[in-house]
Amino acid sequence: MTAPMDVPSSAPEAQPGAVLTGAGGSIQGRSLRQIAWLRLKRDRVAMAGGVVVAVLVLAALAAGVLDKLFGLIPTTAFNQDLIDPDLQIPKGAFGGISLAHPLGIEPTSGRDLLARIFAGSWISLLIAFLATMLSVVIGTLMGVVAGYFGGWVDTLISRLMDVFLAFPLLVFALALAGVVPDNAFGLSGDVLRIALLIFIIGFFNWPYIGRIIRGQTLSLREREFVDAAKSLGARQPYILFRELLPNLAAPILVYSTLLIPTNILFEAALSFLGVGVRPPTPTWGGMLSDAAHYYQIDPEFMLVPGLAIFVTVLAFNLFGDGLRDALDPRAR
Amino acid sequence: MTFLDVRDLRVHFPTDDGLVRSVDGLSYRLERGKTLGIVGESGSGKSVSSLAVLGLHKRARISGEIWLDGEELVGADEEHVRGLRGKKMAMIFQDPLSAMHPYYTVGQQIVEAYRIHHRVSKAVARKHAIEMLDRVGIPQPNSRVDDYPHQFSGGMRQRAMIAMALSCDPELLIADEPTTALDVTVQAQILDLIRDLQREFGSAVVIITHDLGVVAELADDILVMYGGRCVENGPSTEIFDNPQHPYTWGLLGSMPRLDRERSERLMPIKGTPPSLINVPSGCAFHPRCAYAELVGGACGYEVPQLREVGGGHQVACHLSQEQRHRVWHTEIEPNL
Repeated sequence: MTAPMDVPSSAPEAQPGAVLTGAGGSIQGRSLRQIAWLRLKRDRVAMAGGVVVAVLVLAALAAGVLDKLFGLIPTTAFNQDLIDPDLQIPKGAFGGISLAHPLGIEPTSGRDLLARIFAGSWISLLIAFLATMLSVVIGTLMGVVAGYFGGWVDTLISRLMDVFLAFPLLVFALALAGVVPDNAFGLSGDVLRIALLIFIIGFFNWPYIGRIIRGQTLSLREREFVDAAKSLGARQPYILFRELLPNLAAPILVYSTLLIPTNILFEAALSFLGVGVRPPTPTWGGMLSDAAHYYQIDPEFMLVPGLAIFVTVLAFNLFGDGLRDALDPRAR
Repeated sequence: MTFLDVRDLRVHFPTDDGLVRSVDGLSYRLERGKTLGIVGESGSGKSVSSLAVLGLHKRARISGEIWLDGEELVGADEEHVRGLRGKKMAMIFQDPLSAMHPYYTVGQQIVEAYRIHHRVSKAVARKHAIEMLDRVGIPQPNSRVDDYPHQFSGGMRQRAMIAMALSCDPELLIADEPTTALDVTVQAQILDLIRDLQREFGSAVVIITHDLGVVAELADDILVMYGGRCVENGPSTEIFDNPQHPYTWGLLGSMPRLDRERSERLMPIKGTPPSLINVPSGCAFHPRCAYAELVGGACGYEVPQLREVGGGHQVACHLSQEQRHRVWHTEIEPNL
C-alpha cells in the first residue's frame, strides 16, 4: 500500500480496506461509527437486507403519501369483469396475473393485489416502527434507571418486567380490541385502531429490551470511565446520558431492527384474528385472513401477502444480524 | 493546618459471604505540596481507602473521619462532595484506556471535565484542553486533541488522563497505580511528570502502588498497608533505611534490584494475602510472619497498635525494638 499521506478530503472512501490492513495512510482517526459502517458495507447479506428494507420503507412511504394525496393506488377498484361469476375466482392462470395487475386480483371483490400490498405495507410498517419505538423508549428508560440506581428501584422495575412478561398478551389484545368502542380518546376509525395496535404491541414488549439494557447498564456502571467521570465531579444526568447511553446505542439499535420484524408478525397475527385495522383498509395480516377462505381454489391470493411478510421479516432480520456483527466490540 | 487528615477510617462492604473489612482503622495526614506513598499487596485496602476519600463507594459502610482542608467529608452532603471532586480533589486511574470514554475524543473529555466546574464556552475550554495537553508533554497538542483515546499510546494516554485530572487545578491528587499499566521506560517519565506538576501546582499527592520502587523517589512519606490496616508509616528515608515491620522487610526483599548478583534469589513473602472477611485474629500478618515465634503467642490474639519508634516513624508489631533491630541488621539487610 503506497497511498499518499494526505488523502484528499474529497475522496474519504479511498481505501475501504484500510481498517483491516491498518495501512493506507489512514492517519486520520476513525470513530467507532465509521468502523462499524465500513464493516457493514463488506457484509453483503446484511447490505442486501438493508437495501430491501430501504426499498420497502420508501415504497410504504410513497404508498401512504400517494394514497392520501391523490388516491392513485386504487384499493377500491372492483374489477368485476375479471372475476369468474360462477366460481368467484379471478379469470386466467395464477390468480389473474396480467400486465395491468402484476400480482393478480382478489377473488370475489376483484381488487388489485399489488395496490393492496402497497397500501398494507404502509400500515404494517407504521405500526411496527412506532410500536418498536414505544418499546425501546420505555425499555431503555426503565433498564437504565434499574441498572444504574439498583437497590429497591431495580427490584421494583424488575418485578414489573416479570409481571409484563407473564401477561397473556394475545388474550389481552383480543379482549381490549373488542372492548374499545369505535370512538375513543378523541380518535376514530383506522387512526384509533392503529393507535390501539401500537399501544398493545409497544407497551407490552418493553421488558425484553428493558432486561437487555438493564444488564448492559449493570456492567457499564462498574466500568472505570464512570468512576473517572465521577472523580471529576460529573453529575448524575451527565453520567446517565453522556457516559452510559452512547455505549448502549449499539444494543438499542440492533434490538430495534430485530424487534421490528417481530412486531410486523404480531400485527399480522392480530389482523389475521380480526382485531387489527378493520376492512376495507388493507393489511397484510387481514389479507392472509381473507385468503384463508380461498386457498384451495386460488392459492396465489395467499401467497402474495405471505411472501410480503416473509420477505420483509427476513430482510429486517438479516439487516439486524449484520448490524449486530458490525457493532459488536468483541469482533473489533 | 493539615490539608488531608484521615482518622480511623473504616470501609466495610456487606456481601452475601459476610462483611468485607477492606479498610479497618486507617489514619494518616498529608500536607499541601507533600507526597504520600501508600504501599501494599492487592487487597490490602489501599485503593479502597482512596476511593473513600473521593466518596466514590456506593454500597459501603464508611465510618471514621476524613478532613479535607478543614471540611469533614464522611457523611457530608452528596451534592457538596460532588462539587469538590475534580475541583478540590481528583484521581488518576491505573488503566487510562478503560478510564477514558471510548466514544469521545481526548479533547472532548478534557473539555467536559473543565466545564463541570467552569462556566465557559466550548472554545475557551478547548483552548484550555490544548494547553493542558501541552503541559503534560503531548507533542502537537493542537491536532492530538481531536484524537480518540485508542489512538494514543499507553504513555500518552496516561499523560492525557493526568491532563484531565489536573484540568481544574485540584489541590489533592490521588494516583492509583499510575504506572502499573505502562512500560518501565514510560513509568519513569510519568513519575517525573507527576513530580514536576506537583511542584508547579503545589498540590498534595497520594500515590498508591504495590511497587516500592515507584514511591522510593517520589514520596515524602510512606504508609505500608496490610489487611486493611496501616502496619508501618514514616518518612520515606526511614522506611527504606530502617524498616521495622516484618511485612515491610518482605516487600523490600521481594523487590528485584540491579545492584544484586543475578544468582541470588528474591525473598518472597510466604503465603497469600489474608481474606478480608475472616481477617486473622491478632496481627493480620502473623500467619505469614517468620518472626512471630520470637514474641511467643501475642501475635495470634492481640492486635498490635501503632507505636512511635522515633523520627515520625510508627510501626504496629509485637516484636520488641531490640528484636526488630537485631533481625533487620543480621538477617534482612545483609541479604538485600
